[in-house]
Parts: sequence; structure tokens; C-alpha cells
Amino acid sequence: MLDMILTSIIYLLLAIGVFFNLLAGIGLLRFPDVYTRLHAGTKCTTFGSIFIIGSVILIGLKTWYLGDVNGSVLTIHSAVALIAILLTNPTGAHAIARAAHRSGVMPENAVIDELQIKGKKQKKTEKKETEDHT
Amino acid sequence: MIELSTEYFIVLLALFLCVAMAMIRIVKGPTAPDRVVGFDTINTIVIVSMVIFGAAYQTVIYIDVAIVYALLSFVSTLFIARYLQGGDF
Amino acid sequence: MISFIITTIICFITYLLLTTGSGSFLGLWSIEEILIGLILSLITGFITHGLFVKNNMRMANPMRWIYFIGYLIGPFFVSLAKANIDVAYRVITGKIKPGIVKIKPDLKTDLGITMLANSITLTPGTLSVDIDETTNELYIHWINVDEDALKKKPVDCKYICGNFPKWIRRIAE
Repeated sequence: MLDMILTSIIYLLLAIGVFFNLLAGIGLLRFPDVYTRLHAGTKCTTFGSIFIIGSVILIGLKTWYLGDVNGSVLTIHSAVALIAILLTNPTGAHAIARAAHRSGVMPENAVIDELQIKGKKQKKTEKKETEDHT
Repeated sequence: MIELSTEYFIVLLALFLCVAMAMIRIVKGPTAPDRVVGFDTINTIVIVSMVIFGAAYQTVIYIDVAIVYALLSFVSTLFIARYLQGGDF
Repeated sequence: MISFIITTIICFITYLLLTTGSGSFLGLWSIEEILIGLILSLITGFITHGLFVKNNMRMANPMRWIYFIGYLIGPFFVSLAKANIDVAYRVITGKIKPGIVKIKPDLKTDLGITMLANSITLTPGTLSVDIDETTNELYIHWINVDEDALKKKPVDCKYICGNFPKWIRRIAE
């Protein structure tokens, strides 16, 4: 009975994770520009991996409970991989977004873009300074 | 004898579908940052599918590979972003 | 000296986590692995103690770590779930109204700003794009801009990250 409940929880977690990962793929294809694609590609894959790796952790705990040392390795190493994903994914997204904005890709039909305004102001002041020097 | 049970096979097939969609984005993507976004998504999905492989085959070495892959892909993403934004390294 | 000890202990714990299942000591490790790990983490701690721990002991307070874990499983996970349902809705319907806005979170330490930027990236509809390092202002890409929020510049934090700055001030400052 307990075994059946555990197995169905594992299947449920796998299904949720796969659903969100598929959503990330569809979002990558449907959204119009880099920033919105980053929304889909970062959030959905991170959330999906939490659920899929969570189900693997449950499988590992089950094998560990049944007396197999391999189960401990499965549990702890999957948890370390999950921590690595959680730490690196948002940082990578931030780096890509900043690089995209600095290399001149602007958000499509944006309502407001305060970063661009700030960049223009900076360029103006730099120009003035160079003119003063010359 | 190694055999993959059906449910893991379905999960891996779905993850492969995600990789295929991200690859379409890489081929189509009009600008370079679009391609980097697709590349980053593929990295995360590959890590997850390595963990699933490890659970399916009961081979824990795959998960160690996944950890190393996660850290290395993070470094490569940072370097590509750094290259795209221009300026000094 | 104290930074050397902290670095060594953290390296040793990481080594132990990565080598479980190698022997029978405490059911998980072999004696050789523990010895090698101890030697390696002593060497690593000697080389890198100046890089890893700076000269303040703010994070040594255990209450901060309890707050951190509470933050992770409480407000953070809830807003992560909300974020994904929100993105799912926008993927399916295609309704977007993007824009980049500036917020001023009033955090001073590097650790606090890093945590806030990562939290913002993983919460509903927002993505941190750039940071002004002199004034600690963040530039946020917002997928569905609220017209009410634009009346006041810089935009109020509560539209974008709720009460996250309060939590992070408790954890990291």
C-alpha cells in the first residue's frame, strides 16, 4: 500500500516536471524577442528540474531504505546537481540578458525602456567630455 | 542486462522533444543572443536527462557527470555572454 | 586563521558529500577517502582562505541561516510556483506587454543584491537585466507592465518583488 502511494507520487512529480519542460520548449518557439524567451527558457526549466530531480531523490531514498548503498549516492548527488542548477541558472540568464542589451538587441514593442534612456544620457555626457577635451 | 522501463523511456522522449524545439530556435534565431538562450536551455535539459538516465540504469556515475556538466556549461554560458557584450575580458 | 578553518571545513564537507558510498565507515565512507579529503581540503584552505571568507563574521550567526531556509521553502517557493503558472498562461495565450523598469531596493551588501537579483529572475514575470554598481539600482525586464506602477519613478519595489527586500535584509544585512 505504502509502496503504491510512493510510486504514484514519483509518477506525479515526473509528469509535472516534464509538463513544465515542454512548456519551456513551446515558449522558446512562440515568444517574439530575446527577453521574453529568456523568461520561458529559464523559469520553466528550473521549475521542471526541481520536480524531476525531486522524483529521482525519492527513488534514491526508497533504495537506500531497502538497504542498498547506491541509494545514498543517488540521493545526495542528485541533490548536489539540483543545487548547482538552482545557483547557476538565474545567473546565466542575467548574464545573457545584460549581454543582449549591451550588444544592441532592444525589447520588441516595449512600453518603457529606462535602461536605454540611461545609456543615451551616458553617451551624451561622454561626448561632451570628449568635445571639451578637444 | 540493462533495460529501460517504459515510464523512463516516455520521460526521456519528452525531454528529447524539448531539445528538438530549442534546436529549432538555435537554427532559426535571428540574433546571436537568441541562439545563446536556446543553448542554455539545452544545457539544463541535458543535465536533467543525465540524472534520469542514472536513475533508470541504476548507474550513479551519470549523476557525477551531470554535476560536472552543470558547472562547466555555466562557465561556458558566462564566457559567451561576455564575448557578446564586447569589451575587455 | 579563522577564515582558514572555515574554508577547510566547507571543502571537507563538500568532498564528503561527493564521495558517499565508497566504504563502510559510518556506513558510507572508506578511511582512505576521508584521509585524502582531509589533506586536500587543508591544502585548498591554505591557498584560498583569503578569497572565500572576507573579514566580517556576519553570516556566522545561525539565526540568519534559519531565516534563509525559511525564506527558501516559504515565500520563495510559492512565488516560483506562481511564476511558472503565469509563464504557462502567457505561453498559451500570447498576451505580453514588455518593458524595462528601474527599482531601488536599498540593499547595501553584495550578497544581498545577488540574492535579490536571483530571486527576481525566478519570480513572476520579471527578469533582472542590469545593475548600476555605484547606486545599487537594478534594471528589471517586466513581461506585463502595470500602468499604475509607472506613475512613480523609480518604480516601487512592491509591484516587482513583494516583500523580498525585507526578508533579504533580515538574512544578509
